[in-house]
Amino acid sequence: MKRMTSAVALIAASLLGLTACGSSDDPLASSSPTGSASAGASGGPIVVGGANFSESTLLAEIYAGALKAKGIDATTKPNIGSREIYLRALEDNSVQVFPEYTGALAFNYDKAYTGTDPDEVYQHVQQVLPKTLTVLDKSTAEDNDSIVVTKETADKYKLKSIADLKAVAGDLTLTAPPEFKGRPQGIPGLEKTYGVKFGSFRPLTGQGIVQALKNGQADAANIFSTDPAIAANGFVQLEDTEKLFGSQNIVPLVRVDRADEVKAALNAVSAKLTTEAIAGMLKETDIDKKDPKAVAAEFLSTNGLG
Amino acid sequence: MINSIWAWFTDPVNWQGEDGIPHRTLQHLEYTAMAVLLAAVIAIPLGLWVGHTGRARWLVSLANSVRAVPTLGLLLAATLWLGAYIQSDLAFTLPSILVLGLLAIPPLLAGTYAGIEAVPPAARDAALGVGMTSGQVLRQVEVPNGLPLFMSGLRSAVLQVVATATVAAFVGLGGLGRFLIDGIALGDYPQTAGGAILVAVLAVVLDGVFALVQRGVVSPGLSGRRVGGRGKDSRSVSVEADRSSTDAPTPVAPA
Repeated sequence: MKRMTSAVALIAASLLGLTACGSSDDPLASSSPTGSASAGASGGPIVVGGANFSESTLLAEIYAGALKAKGIDATTKPNIGSREIYLRALEDNSVQVFPEYTGALAFNYDKAYTGTDPDEVYQHVQQVLPKTLTVLDKSTAEDNDSIVVTKETADKYKLKSIADLKAVAGDLTLTAPPEFKGRPQGIPGLEKTYGVKFGSFRPLTGQGIVQALKNGQADAANIFSTDPAIAANGFVQLEDTEKLFGSQNIVPLVRVDRADEVKAALNAVSAKLTTEAIAGMLKETDIDKKDPKAVAAEFLSTNGLG
Repeated sequence: MINSIWAWFTDPVNWQGEDGIPHRTLQHLEYTAMAVLLAAVIAIPLGLWVGHTGRARWLVSLANSVRAVPTLGLLLAATLWLGAYIQSDLAFTLPSILVLGLLAIPPLLAGTYAGIEAVPPAARDAALGVGMTSGQVLRQVEVPNGLPLFMSGLRSAVLQVVATATVAAFVGLGGLGRFLIDGIALGDYPQTAGGAILVAVLAVVLDGVFALVQRGVVSPGLSGRRVGGRGKDSRSVSVEADRSSTDAPTPVAPA
């Protein structure tokens, strides 16, 4: 009986604990008042955020380096998380600049959007962004989502495009970041656009995805098209014939209230960024394990930006 | 926040299919059961031997030092290492069970050993005195008398594993950890909180179940509960222990 009473007390106590933090709907929101006080619209350093993958970290370092070269106080905050997380950080002003991708942004704010032309997508992004956010010039550099398989799998099932997966996907395992499962351009999109439905899904992140594909625990993987692991492991990237993943030009997403300060420096970066340059730098950071900051500094100085 | 968590719990979508709460809970219980079973196979015989012979007590301290191993770090390292050798999903399952099992060994070993060691020397001497063999002393005197401490070791092992089994989701497996990780990746905080609550509730419920099991397997003479006409005052340990061995022939089998 005594044990029963203590169990009830425990449950009651945990419920009380929940009520205590029940005042706010969003854990991130609680930190925003202090965040905006220290880095508000009236000056303060620019924080360049980065998502939880190496290219985003690299781009954040490039943006921050270019800003610093122009005498703007800038720091980086890499590895914030997935888009669902970091867009909130921008909106609550914990970060002011973020390297983004045109198509992904358009899809995020307009779930029904189907445009694929680079310029059209870029224009659409400007229309659907919240009032507090804007994008600067887009670069020609593009990094798209892609579905890749090993050379053996591609040969075995004669795979060239994602559409070829339709007949065999039921026997295959797909590995991708957890958020791929719910995104319109993720598993639902594969099913809707290509009729491709994988037998099972293994949610992993970062290098875990590459390892699982390489070691055979997964048959197909969602990897970025600029990822050096594709070439390093001889993976085959399946063609996105239906343009499910759209156009994904790299673009600086910035807060409107800080846009004027950072515009010149970041547009100069976008003018110099190319897909090849990104792929080359990612090889240095991911395969040769160089410090992203050093790789970014090298890019800036060779292009006269640092 | 409370409202959105409640909405998550009451949404029928969250109770169906592979991602549903029942399936994830079942997976969580499977990982827990496998890990505790693995630990039991190692820790119980070892604990019985150490307790019975009084030899190699350092094994218990060694096992206790294992508690300091960072579970998540070990899991990721083991997955990375084993992944290159195993093609199937076992590359994720095996490291998870091993790492969780490692977590359950110290409390099980300590519980088994301490239970046996706490048996009053008088009871042991008496058993030897009436002509029992060493094996009979272990089975009929030491094990039944050691059950309360063994059961508390088992309960703390189960509790620790069930609370930690969320790490399996880090290497792409299921279980209740999926709600935590997917919830964070999607910025879906009600899902994260819901997963955390489920783990806590599951831990409390499991502990309750094992409390009942303990009540069932421990001799009434030891637990002090009233049996038949006999009251709490019957404290003659050796007599009770002897009696209980006939009541419960294989009391050591973990549930």
